[in-house]
Amino acid sequence: MTPAASVHVEQLTKRFGETLALDNISFDVSRGELFGFIGPDGAGKTTLFRILTTLLLATTGTCSVEGFDVVKDYKKIRNIAGYMPGKFSLYQDLTVEENLNFFATIFGTTIRENYHLVREIYQQIEPFKNRKAGKLSGGMKQKLALSCAMIHKPDVLFLDEPTTGVDAVSRLEFWEMLKRLKEAGITILVSTPYMDEASLCDRVALMQNGHIMTISTPREVIRNYPLSLLSVKAGDIYNLLGELRKYPGVHSVYAFGQTAHVSFRNREVEKDILSGFLKKNKHESVEIMPIEATIEDCFMELMNNNH
Amino acid sequence: MRTILYIIQKEFLQVFRNKSMLPIIFVVPVFQLIILVNAATYEMKHIRVSVVDLDLSATSRTLVSKFRGSPFYLIQSTGFSYREAEDEMKRGTADMILQIPADFEKNLLKEGRAKVQFVINAINGQSAGLTNAYSTMILLDYNREMLLKNTTPAMLAGLRNIQTDYSYWYNPKLNYKTYMVPGILVLLVTIIGLLLSGMNIVREMELGTIEQINVTPINKIQFISGKLLPFWIIGLFELAFGLTVGKVLFNIPMEGNLGLIFLSASVYLFVILSFGLLISTITHTQQQAMLVSFFFMVVFILMSGLFTSIESMPQWAQNLDRLNPVMYFIRIMRMVLLKGSGFADISRHFWSLVVYAVCSLTLAILRYRKVS
Repeated sequence: MTPAASVHVEQLTKRFGETLALDNISFDVSRGELFGFIGPDGAGKTTLFRILTTLLLATTGTCSVEGFDVVKDYKKIRNIAGYMPGKFSLYQDLTVEENLNFFATIFGTTIRENYHLVREIYQQIEPFKNRKAGKLSGGMKQKLALSCAMIHKPDVLFLDEPTTGVDAVSRLEFWEMLKRLKEAGITILVSTPYMDEASLCDRVALMQNGHIMTISTPREVIRNYPLSLLSVKAGDIYNLLGELRKYPGVHSVYAFGQTAHVSFRNREVEKDILSGFLKKNKHESVEIMPIEATIEDCFMELMNNNH
Repeated sequence: MRTILYIIQKEFLQVFRNKSMLPIIFVVPVFQLIILVNAATYEMKHIRVSVVDLDLSATSRTLVSKFRGSPFYLIQSTGFSYREAEDEMKRGTADMILQIPADFEKNLLKEGRAKVQFVINAINGQSAGLTNAYSTMILLDYNREMLLKNTTPAMLAGLRNIQTDYSYWYNPKLNYKTYMVPGILVLLVTIIGLLLSGMNIVREMELGTIEQINVTPINKIQFISGKLLPFWIIGLFELAFGLTVGKVLFNIPMEGNLGLIFLSASVYLFVILSFGLLISTITHTQQQAMLVSFFFMVVFILMSGLFTSIESMPQWAQNLDRLNPVMYFIRIMRMVLLKGSGFADISRHFWSLVVYAVCSLTLAILRYRKVS
């Protein structure tokens, strides 16, 4: 365990009966780091967060938050951790202000005392402070939930899928807020199923089926992508995918919106030859471009290797 | 301490913001009292009699007129065929058949004895028993009149005559309403306490708000007292409200000390609220909690002595009933309100409730877990 580690997890395993939710995972998060857990539903992100926030007991393994053990010192962790569950879990029948006031009080503080911490976020929803929380829009709910998780000045923030179900603009705003919180020295662990949000984190852990496939900076994850990648566009995307898979030397083909990402083991692929092949198969308006891998490409590749 | 007060404040805010809550607290008690008290009575009225008079003599007519004159009976039909009368009972239009055999008068005058037959529909055993008792009383009365008429004063003096008179204590007019109101009030407090408290925590689980509470430093004692006290206050208020309604609408007697009633109620509510809490620790949805609460409530209430007398239950059921908190509180309510019992009279029931409260509250607190 490095001295600057804020969250330390070692050989953590969690079973629910027959199901293995977390399979022997270990990692460290440094103080003041914005650390992302990226993975699809069912990867084990929520289970991990619930163990770290002392809501769930691990089957085996040890975890600590700010040096406090999650089992022995759970009371101390509850004072220094802020948790925002994936499901909106504030009181829908209380107003915005009543919710914030409630959580401030049970942490033994007041809104006024820590107002500076949440000011930037809370100011945006303050005009609606007498509205019931259940009547807020998705983005505003998220801001309120973050305010409530922040009001007791936590050292570590656990945000479980904070941007799921939030519109694109609010998502961007939310990540802006996280950056500012990070600058205030708070360690932030955030989970998300959106691959494009990975690049906004300092480091990411790519998770799948209870495993961590890799932990690295987003840049490093992309640099380690072992294949060469082409983006291919054509009129008939459905047939295009099928034919690309038959092309010799192709490693994988995935649809990314209206384009196909084609990876090759051989780094010297002549895009003119591929273009000729596709035209011969009666594809029109073919566009081929070499591209840099995205986190999603890396995720798909890691997933293939694991199976 | 401040935290507990704040949780209580939050709980009240939520209760009164819930639109269905105020009607439940204020309207339901009034309706329950009005409907149940007036409907659930044991007084027998309009027993429908089908008369089969095969004698058609002056004597038999006098007997029939005795029944006709009673406020409890309604002569449905008079005929000569027992079978027809039986058909009426099968159709459900008669509750009782009074059959007077031929030669009734003759036998009575000649031999001094004669027979009549009552056939009573006993699908409802309790009302059948009462019908039988009433009918026998009428017959006895008739018998006495016949004796007086047919004997000389000299013979009468020779007869040893024991006469029974009745006086009903604590409820001289046998008014079932004053008997029912205290019981129905217990029912009310029980329903409010059990459903509200059990439902409340499960609701937080369902909505997920309990997650957010569990990561805070709130401890078990703070959380549980914050959850129980609001409903304890509402329950006591409900009782006060119900007593007022009972006094105004039914003029129920309040012989004893009201302080004693509220003292017992405050202990009783702890029993009921911890039961609710216990149910919430073993269920995950409001629907499950509702079903489990109903199961317990039906058993408790039917065995509580509210509708049927406990003394007439079999011994094993009476033993089992010692576990029934509703029974204790109904007894206390009736004893204090109707008889004016003091603490010494109810102390056995009171301490039983105290023991019950301590046990169930401890169990509930032990069962409640913040970590899964």
